[in-house]
Amino acid sequence: MTDITTGNTITFQGPPAVSGGAEARSRGYWAGVARRLRHDRFTLFFLALALLIILGALIAPWLGLPDPFQTSMARRLKPIGFKGHLLGTDELGRDLFSRLVYGGRTSLLLGIVPVVLATLIGGLLGVVAGFFGRGVNMLIMRVMDVFYAFPSVLLAVAISGTLGGGILNGLIALTLVFIPSLCRIAESATVQIRALDYIEAARATGASNWSIIRTHVIGNVLTPVVVYASSLISVAVLLGAGLSFLGLGVEPPTPDWGQMLSSLRQSIYVQPLICALPGLAIFLTSLSFNFISDGLRRAMDVKA
Amino acid sequence: MFLVDTTSTATDERDVGGAAQPMLIVRDLKKHFAVRGAAVRSTARVHAVDGVSFTVAKGETLGVVGESGCGKSTLGKLLMHLIDADSGELIFDGGAIGTRDMPLTQLRRNLQMVFQDSSSSLNPRLSIETSIAYGPRVHGASASEAKAKARDLLVRVGLRPDIFAGRYPHELSGGQKQRVNIARALALDPRMIILDESVSALDKSVEAQVLNLLRRLREDLRLTYIFISHDLNVVQYISDRVLVMYMGKIVEIGAVDEIYRRPRHPYTKALLRSRLSSSPDERIKLAPLTGDPPNPINPPPGCRFRARCPHARDLCATAEPVLEDGATGRKVACHFAEELADA
Amino acid sequence: MRNLQTTSVAPVAKDMPLAGKIPVVSPLARVKDLNVQFRSRDATVHAVNGVSFDLMPRDVLCIIGESGSGKSVTMKSMMRLLPPKKTVMTGEIEVNGHKVLDLSERQIRHLRGAEISMIFQEPMTALDPVYTIGRQITEAIRAHEPVTTSEARRRALELLELVRIPSAVSRLDAYPHELSGGLRQRAMIAVALSCKPKLLLADEPTTALDATVQIQVLVLLRQLQDELGMGVIFVTHDIGVAAQIADKIAVMYAGEIVEFGSARDVLVNPAHPYTRAMLASTVHGQARDADLPVIPGDPADLRRLVAGCRFAPRCGVSKSLCLERAPSLVGVAAHHDAACHLINSLT
Repeated sequence: MTDITTGNTITFQGPPAVSGGAEARSRGYWAGVARRLRHDRFTLFFLALALLIILGALIAPWLGLPDPFQTSMARRLKPIGFKGHLLGTDELGRDLFSRLVYGGRTSLLLGIVPVVLATLIGGLLGVVAGFFGRGVNMLIMRVMDVFYAFPSVLLAVAISGTLGGGILNGLIALTLVFIPSLCRIAESATVQIRALDYIEAARATGASNWSIIRTHVIGNVLTPVVVYASSLISVAVLLGAGLSFLGLGVEPPTPDWGQMLSSLRQSIYVQPLICALPGLAIFLTSLSFNFISDGLRRAMDVKA
Repeated sequence: MFLVDTTSTATDERDVGGAAQPMLIVRDLKKHFAVRGAAVRSTARVHAVDGVSFTVAKGETLGVVGESGCGKSTLGKLLMHLIDADSGELIFDGGAIGTRDMPLTQLRRNLQMVFQDSSSSLNPRLSIETSIAYGPRVHGASASEAKAKARDLLVRVGLRPDIFAGRYPHELSGGQKQRVNIARALALDPRMIILDESVSALDKSVEAQVLNLLRRLREDLRLTYIFISHDLNVVQYISDRVLVMYMGKIVEIGAVDEIYRRPRHPYTKALLRSRLSSSPDERIKLAPLTGDPPNPINPPPGCRFRARCPHARDLCATAEPVLEDGATGRKVACHFAEELADA
Repeated sequence: MRNLQTTSVAPVAKDMPLAGKIPVVSPLARVKDLNVQFRSRDATVHAVNGVSFDLMPRDVLCIIGESGSGKSVTMKSMMRLLPPKKTVMTGEIEVNGHKVLDLSERQIRHLRGAEISMIFQEPMTALDPVYTIGRQITEAIRAHEPVTTSEARRRALELLELVRIPSAVSRLDAYPHELSGGLRQRAMIAVALSCKPKLLLADEPTTALDATVQIQVLVLLRQLQDELGMGVIFVTHDIGVAAQIADKIAVMYAGEIVEFGSARDVLVNPAHPYTRAMLASTVHGQARDADLPVIPGDPADLRRLVAGCRFAPRCGVSKSLCLERAPSLVGVAAHHDAACHLINSLT
């Protein structure tokens, strides 16, 4: 191949003349992550379980379930498989399966929304702190340290105790609890990235800070932040249930796993199995998200 | 079949000052860093670049050599304005940088940098094409223009766009990555490129490929290079003139052939004598210098090289040698350069 | 598996005024048909593919090659330093009579430091930042020999003087970070020599050093090797370093030894096309107005090895035979072998 204007030969870098097995079509990072996840059956199983729970919660009103608020003094604390009630009834005679599915709506709301919000807010604060450094970093990270000093459970209880009960306040409390740790993860990842050559090269083109953050920082901070955030969902489900259990989250009669566990615990000697069901729902959901998080971590780790 | 479109005409409309105007004039550039981790309010300062002056003519390649801590990398970043200088003046093609004649955005378009090939030289999440197109996008090109530019540049650096444009950094070899780094630096059509250890991490056979590419690009695009390297052989091959740094100062500067044939500063001599031959019959029996290059923290008065210099005398401890003009643009900073000329 | 002919190196000890009498010396180290593979989730990397060589006592063997040629892996496997879970090793490695691959964890630990020692490119990975240099040397000595603390300290001081560290007494109580790069390298060499190893393995120990310091360390290593009578295997990508220090040179490409011989044979009269091309493309005072000779293409992909000669796709003289059958090492001259089908037609 010849460059006509200068007459110089240009040699191209192509695939070697003899190549064993064609190089697979080049893939982006996320495509690689997805491919590795597809081969991870263990994680896929729990992903399916989590999706089932979420889906159930989303389409609960259309599932044709018995009314979760319909009380019946005659059919209190019936065992699993009692006619018309797949998983029995609670202490007020309400259908437990229906309440579990509907309860998933609030429990998952408390589990997922605060983590998403905290990821956005904390992640952004962390990236800003890490990227600009110096005074900005000091200000943001020291404020985070104040929150970080309290155990998360205590902080959640204190905030929602101050704000009062209700789902909205519960969401706010949990979001505030998760911001500091996500901020710290994003900050340390950003500090590492900031020193890399491709950031210098971007600066050398004259790009603005926001352009560099958008194009070069966020994409690379995402991996550790997403992995960490996914592990927080299980914590959030537990904490949300805990708040409701203490009467600080969802107010009765709205079904919620934590609150159900709380009110059913008085009947533990009458129907121990029934009483354990909301706990089992919390456990399975939390476990699923934990394993999904582990799977994500493995799939996102390019070095392994 | 790929055809490279070269717009090589006799004159460059971007050439403001004319052929005689140096591409870059550096005057008394200084950068001192406070030593990190030292006691609070300590006065320890690293004199990374300490009063450096030189010029780079249009179309030439200036090699910058020296050992670790001599300030050559800091110099490159100062020229790129990636870090701010403490003092000094930089004039690009007649326009003082930072003034109306040469605002920083215009400098960015004219002056670019290629870093050492490393795992961090390219953003792992961006395709090759996106990485190269980023600069033009920043400077207002449309997405399709920038993409077309990126593909043209891939051809220029010898990578087939149909194969490589969509690839990601982890799918490339070291040499291919370095070609992409070069394409990225070319994306704003710069007139001058600073190459900071740009071939140092490559295997020897790949290093030769990239050096050939750099030579060809210099001709085709009439580029001016500053080539920073610790490898004296590579600098000799690629450079027209060479600048030797020691502890933040220039100790010698001049044409490559002259300096390599007859080095005059004792440090340059030692550096050249430390080069290893590829023949087992030419082994070095005695190391030309003892000790390590020192950290330029609060350097003592006098000549900075005197602690390791075999020819140091009393004068060297008291008076700092200045970079004196010699014949044919040759400059040496040594009190006894004349005397030692034949030593 | 490829059948490689073991290079037979005549056991002639240097400077031995025994004309007519050839003493029979057995090799200090033998590597026979070594294969090393790294298994990971996505691929299997064939890092070393049938490497065989002998190292005679007091010999300095340089293994040269580009990144991914398997030079470092070959050396690390001699000390069994590769992660056991991900590595599959076959073949035989014998060092001073010990079959390295058959030893138990405890036996190999004893061998390391006492009979085989290693020095690295980055001394901070080998030195412990929280202990003084003196402490690290005395511990290394006391781990292998029953000596008193004061005796060990005296030996440590001797070692620092041996590696020419100036004002050694005060440096005994220095921490690694308090030393300059060159001194740190010397300190690491002192630790490695603390139990007078028979075999010193050196993994690019001068690559990160400045030119004026690199030559100091190379001259020192050669002196120490001579004084202590060690065998040394020195891995480097730098031909100049090999020319400076090697008695014998093994050139590796894609996990195989493609050429083996004395330093002069390999560097002055290279036989294998790869060695020739590598020497030609190394920058050393070529004319500035001409292109450098290059080896086209990229280093071999060890995840997908090609059939036949691994270098054939990049080789300027390859024939169809080269793509079909892998060449084995054959003699070019006495004690000089190369693995190339066309060795006799090349001049």
